[in-house]
Amino acid sequence: MRMTSFKRVLATGVFLSSALIATGAMAQADLDKAIANPGEWAAPGRTFDLQRYSPLDQINASNVGKLQVAWTFSTGVLRGHEGAPLVIGDTMYVHTPFPNIVYALDLNNDGRILWKYEPKQDPNVIPVMCCDTVNRGLAFGDGKVFLHQADTTLVALDAKTGKVEWSVKTDDPSKGATGTDAPFVMRDKVYVGVSGGEFGVRGWVAAYAIKDGKEVWRAYSMGPDKDMLVDPNKTTDLGKPIGENSSLKTWKGDQWKIGGGATWGWYGYDPKLNLIYYGSGNPSTWNPGQRPGDNKWSMTIFARDADTGMAKWVYQMTPHDQWDYDGINEMILVDQNIDGKMTPLLVHFDRNGFAYTLNRETGALLVAQKYDPAVNWATEVDMNPSSPTYGRPKVVQKYSTEHGGEDVNTTNICPAALGTKDEQPAAYSPETGLFYVPTNHVCMDYEPFRVSYTAGQPYVGATLSMYPPKGDTNMGNFIAWDATKGKIVWSNPELFSAWGGALATKGGVVFYGTLEGYLKAVDAKTGKELYKFKTPSGIIGNVMTYTHGGKQYVAVLSGVGGWAGIGLAAGLTKPNDGLGAVGGYAALSNYTALGGQLTVFTLPQ
Amino acid sequence: MRIPLRLAGLSGVALLLTVGLAVAQDQKPGTDGTGDPKAVSSDDGKYVDKSGNPTFSIKPDGTVDYYTFSGYIRYTANCMPCHGPDGLGSSYGPALATSLKRLSYGEFLGIVASGKKDVNAAQTLVMPTFGDNKNVMCYIDAIYIYLRARADDAVPRGRPEKHAPKPAGFSKAEDQCMG
Repeated sequence: MRMTSFKRVLATGVFLSSALIATGAMAQADLDKAIANPGEWAAPGRTFDLQRYSPLDQINASNVGKLQVAWTFSTGVLRGHEGAPLVIGDTMYVHTPFPNIVYALDLNNDGRILWKYEPKQDPNVIPVMCCDTVNRGLAFGDGKVFLHQADTTLVALDAKTGKVEWSVKTDDPSKGATGTDAPFVMRDKVYVGVSGGEFGVRGWVAAYAIKDGKEVWRAYSMGPDKDMLVDPNKTTDLGKPIGENSSLKTWKGDQWKIGGGATWGWYGYDPKLNLIYYGSGNPSTWNPGQRPGDNKWSMTIFARDADTGMAKWVYQMTPHDQWDYDGINEMILVDQNIDGKMTPLLVHFDRNGFAYTLNRETGALLVAQKYDPAVNWATEVDMNPSSPTYGRPKVVQKYSTEHGGEDVNTTNICPAALGTKDEQPAAYSPETGLFYVPTNHVCMDYEPFRVSYTAGQPYVGATLSMYPPKGDTNMGNFIAWDATKGKIVWSNPELFSAWGGALATKGGVVFYGTLEGYLKAVDAKTGKELYKFKTPSGIIGNVMTYTHGGKQYVAVLSGVGGWAGIGLAAGLTKPNDGLGAVGGYAALSNYTALGGQLTVFTLPQ
Repeated sequence: MRIPLRLAGLSGVALLLTVGLAVAQDQKPGTDGTGDPKAVSSDDGKYVDKSGNPTFSIKPDGTVDYYTFSGYIRYTANCMPCHGPDGLGSSYGPALATSLKRLSYGEFLGIVASGKKDVNAAQTLVMPTFGDNKNVMCYIDAIYIYLRARADDAVPRGRPEKHAPKPAGFSKAEDQCMG
């Protein structure tokens, strides 16, 4: 069995999936088999490297213009629909926002419902979910489907029947901790993190045994070394050991206990190095003056041993955050030629507006460049290894909300708190060597003030207002990015923030969804629009593709919401523009309304 | 009329609350859920209407009273993540600039302090109880005054450009309430 799937994986040549057995633990044969099959979509990023690339090419640049809707499915929930369905064999698994329903749909029967799981959750969890009741999807392995519910219950469902095999509570929603992330399955473990940075939750990532849900390890984003699973001598930061109490030294008193660093993003995995990669979110509160220090390890890329959780390296992108630039966006793993050498890379498009290219084995910083020219809070990242500020952003004083101080409105900061990109994942095509990135093009005024902490209550501490950069009316761009050079190759303006996750395909077509509700297909080389279709509601979900009965399908969830739905529903304003311009920017509510639908596309017969 | 029971447990909150509570009524032209918003008197920079309910005062040049300004700040930090910028609503929560055309000051206080649940097949609207949250309750009158001004179209969207100076007693009351 093991040999068979090993061979099959090698035969398809799927990048990174090839090293099945790294440290001796038994591989999840069914997951590996599904990932090796280009016609299935068995993990949030399809493959462990989070490339969101499909080797399917039946739908390609020459015929995508003929795409048609094949079938649709209403989820019955009218909230922000993030993430994407999974397809394993003849079954599609669809998740919803709270109440977190899971449907198993029969692809042999026009999406007939095979089973439905709907947990009973205390609705009091709803208001502690900052910015909508979203869920980013499911994971699969060992014959089970995994869901991290809003109330922080991680549940394993029998993929055939929907029966609960095991469930475990990962945190406490009464303290503001919630589950919104898609679990990640690798070999014999399931990984999840936590949301709640705006409630003073202390972020963590934990690994659970796939068989019975027993916790194997848990690593906090901040606190004592033993809580964080770091080794003062072996865990490195830009090549140097982090030393003892690396986190505690960067917080005032016990503030790290309510320090944020939530972990609600995606997980990448390199089987050869046996490392998992993820980022931590903003430090709590949003008022930087109230939490002096670098606030480590918030805003950090972590590389951890998948079996023990021990951190191999860390890199903090935004020390002492003053803008809510969460570092949770996905870590995309690619091998590319950089400076004439094939290098194992990690590419990360951060909320702070910089795209980082690191050596994922060593944590060495190779490239850090702005992926939206509007970004202004920092001039650059210090790339000089002998500089005392090596690896740190050079913050522009007039955009420092800390320098402005409490009760002072710091204006025209780009990007806004929702970042140049939020959780919506980018895609990578090994055909073009380019990254395809849905981005936000929004700036803000930010006014921090004193705030007091109450468990389970919002712990925000700043007021902000958002608007497009001066002179622009587009609030988003969909860009192609060269991560080896740190340069934009092409950029398509979007009326609203591009908040749907991208899909790259061997067919030379890149897909993404827009907030107005369009599914768009563009040429991977030029960005030229080849197809668009307006779905019933705004898209904040991620496009996926699969085959069934020899035909290729493309699917996406519609359902406007999330931060995008909150910030943009009423349209943006620029307070200092005066009365005449108020309401001058497009209001999303004029384009789309709440929804919850899966739309599946294919080519005509 | 709902009485915000939890308020009693928060020492200092009362300092920033006004006593008179209006009864909800059908909206007449020039009125909101609390009645006629016209300010008739003020005490240390805080204005009240003829029934004694907190209200806004906007000068012809657009200068807003300090409570309206403070309310904008606190609204945007604590309420905006669900109710959207400038009281205009979002895909997640209702537009409070509209709700306050209908809701009285007393009803507003009751909902903020005790929360609200409307969970059924069509929607899942749940508002938490803010009665124990000092970041909200210490500024509840300011938030109300700001939203009342929005409901009556007395202030435009965005951060008020000009505001009256901070009243002498404001910081003291704030310190006592925040603890």
